[in-house]
Amino acid sequence: MNPLLVDAPRALLMGNEAIARGVIEAGAAVCAGYPGNPSSEIIGTLAQVAGELGMHVEWSTNEKVAMEVAAAASFAGLRGMAAMKQNGLNVAADFLFNLSLSGSKGGLVVVVAEDPSGLSSTNEQDTRAFAKMGDLPLFEPATPADARRITLRAFELSEEIGLPCIVRSVTRVSHARGPVELGPLPRPEDRPTPAFDRSRPFYSFPALANHRALKRKLARARSLLEGSPLGSYQGPDRPELVVVAAGAAWAYTREAIALLDLDRQVGVIKLGATWPLPDGLLCRHLQDAPRVLFAEEVDPFVEAEVKALCAQRGLRPGAFHGRDDGTLPAVGELGVDLLVGAICRLLDVSYRSRPESYDQRVAALERLIPARQVGLCAGCPHRATYWALKNALALDGRDGVVLGDIGCYSLGFGPSGYNLLDTLHAMGSGPGLAGGMARLGSLGLTQPVVTLVGDSTFYHAALPALINGRYNDASFVMLVLDNSATAMTGFQPHPGIGVDAMGRPAPVVEIADVCRALGLKVTVGDPFNMEGTIEAILELLEDDEGIKVLVLRRLCGLLAAKRGPPARGGKGRSPAARGSGATKVTAAVRVDTERCLGAACGCNRLCTRVFRCPGLTWDAVTGKAGVDEAVCNRCGYCVQICPAGAIVQAEDGDG
Amino acid sequence: MDDGVLNLVIVGVGGQGSLLASRVLGELLLERGWEVTIGETLGLSQRGGTVVSQLRISRAPRPSPVIAAGRAHVIVALEPVEGLRALVRFGNPGVHLVMNTRPILPTGVLSGEQRYPDRQTIVAEAQGLSGRLTLVDASDVALRLGQARLTNMVMLGALDSLGVLPVSLEREALQGVLGRALEPRHVAPNLEAFDAGAALE
Repeated sequence: MNPLLVDAPRALLMGNEAIARGVIEAGAAVCAGYPGNPSSEIIGTLAQVAGELGMHVEWSTNEKVAMEVAAAASFAGLRGMAAMKQNGLNVAADFLFNLSLSGSKGGLVVVVAEDPSGLSSTNEQDTRAFAKMGDLPLFEPATPADARRITLRAFELSEEIGLPCIVRSVTRVSHARGPVELGPLPRPEDRPTPAFDRSRPFYSFPALANHRALKRKLARARSLLEGSPLGSYQGPDRPELVVVAAGAAWAYTREAIALLDLDRQVGVIKLGATWPLPDGLLCRHLQDAPRVLFAEEVDPFVEAEVKALCAQRGLRPGAFHGRDDGTLPAVGELGVDLLVGAICRLLDVSYRSRPESYDQRVAALERLIPARQVGLCAGCPHRATYWALKNALALDGRDGVVLGDIGCYSLGFGPSGYNLLDTLHAMGSGPGLAGGMARLGSLGLTQPVVTLVGDSTFYHAALPALINGRYNDASFVMLVLDNSATAMTGFQPHPGIGVDAMGRPAPVVEIADVCRALGLKVTVGDPFNMEGTIEAILELLEDDEGIKVLVLRRLCGLLAAKRGPPARGGKGRSPAARGSGATKVTAAVRVDTERCLGAACGCNRLCTRVFRCPGLTWDAVTGKAGVDEAVCNRCGYCVQICPAGAIVQAEDGDG
Repeated sequence: MDDGVLNLVIVGVGGQGSLLASRVLGELLLERGWEVTIGETLGLSQRGGTVVSQLRISRAPRPSPVIAAGRAHVIVALEPVEGLRALVRFGNPGVHLVMNTRPILPTGVLSGEQRYPDRQTIVAEAQGLSGRLTLVDASDVALRLGQARLTNMVMLGALDSLGVLPVSLEREALQGVLGRALEPRHVAPNLEAFDAGAALE
């Protein structure tokens, strides 16, 4: 059974699953999103149960469209939810700041899952600034259990005040697992039938009147949230230190207090809503506090607001500490150790997690541990594309500029993409920058311009840039790295695949057809054809007329391995390899040590030092290359790169 | 279990299945009435980076999905240097390290820019920095069973047989959890791997 439909009092759920469970319990009818770490599992898990529950759940082409799809349900009286990562909110912001003015009808919740420290992102960014700018209520769950509860409350509040509400999660909530108390599942027949009341249109204008109404709605939210059980104080009556904590930072704070055994000295104000803030709760516990520490992810948002609140109310707590004064770092994800350190410094307490001698031994050990860089997987078609591009640019010899985009292939900034990427920003920025860079040709730029986008990124944000480039007569090469999946975020389907989020057949929007319709020059190739791809790119680089698109199509190596696990012993095909999209089970790749010339070859260890597929190994004792069968995905591409022809892929039967 | 909580860390390299192992373990413990909080790393690190799962097993809730530095009771390492890396962050003189012996070489090592410590050094360091060290040839067992990706279940079987968990993992419950987490065709091979790991000692 799907974990979301468990009929039990509690279940171990991931934060994102708990949000999804809250969405289901709230009776939401329409959910939409665009994948992005750490938000992807919200829509992903909802999509699995949508059919059974009679919901519509979709992957939209981008976050703005997703928010519009969810808002349409709200306008027709149903509950809707849109989910995205922090960067996605930027894409959706134009609609959001108009939606706040028009208001909503059925409960409408926007879930933004943030990635503090940018562990899987190009930035870290605080959603609460958007909530303040848009005058929209915002909640912050601290645990998976909170996530379910808060999602339900957000739907109710949204209907009470006629505004979308934001739920801000972070990696350590979205990707934490914890016990979640479950509520009853609603019956689909209790859901209202959607109807758009045409006597009550939704306009963002007139701006002033609606802005005034928006302020009134936010004031109403403030009074409804005051005294809410989502905010609480836990601690002694006369604490030496009060920590104001929200989200995952609350859990770190509790753990730090437990480790330091400071229950009787430190009080904690846990915030459930951080916009608007519960003024009464804060004032009650801060007025006599000798010291206040703010524990919150990304920006000192609550800190600044509470300082303003205290100034306005004439409250004078002893001192304020947080990210602003350096008690906690100004940037990056918080954690238990940072909270332990901050509380120890503020209360002059000492703490040691292990003996000093252990720390010294560990410091020596650290020097022996090799770094493990993230990189493209064994069998990844993107490595083949980068290999061809590297060779084509070298043959072209004009120092071509390579403009990157967002996806697994963003790893091309590093050694597994031969450090080829020169820029990396937002979804679709590659083709946009390419249009601008290419126009510099008329001002004297002599370098050819290449940009890379993935298949999902193409639909998300590349189209306006391509139309712009065509319209403004730009000349550049665009490689579409089509691996038939939104691979970086967990293989979600997209408009090019023929399946929708709920697994139903869907029309295919062919990337090559779209590009041809825009008047671009289009060719399609297989990145695993090394010679052909190098030649094709070289030819396109030499063509200085218009936008040249090369669609390089090859299934993601992880999906290929997943769909058809290699049968050991080399005999027969696994049953799983049949059916659509399955790849043929291929034979093992190995190095013929007779043919491998090793260090004497003159290739400078091309396979392991330059090509750098993690499946290729080097035996320092024998001085020969090898293949790690536990890592190799048997794609066979490396057979083409060895100048000595020493890498071989045996035919079925003798592998 | 000092301080009312058992802190268990599962480390490995992206693709080794540490996330499945932590989820299976967490669900089995919850079913037996324990409070469980798990912190996971998903996303970019799954592309060949270090993947860390942090489990907190307790009677009263301990909601932090992150374990404090130096506070692990058990470290399950699906890869040897990841075990050492976990000792740097979570280790202490009492920690029990359960370590798979087969390295996955980082690309910087394959290219010759960095060195991977030899087995003797790894074992010596691991022994010196742990209260108890258990070496498991889990990848070798998994490869014998047909798939390197079964390493996680071999390690889970080995962990169960060591008696460091508050309860033993019953096979029937394990089957139920695997049935919820995996496609049906993958359940039997995973159970087989668990049994092989449990029989190793």
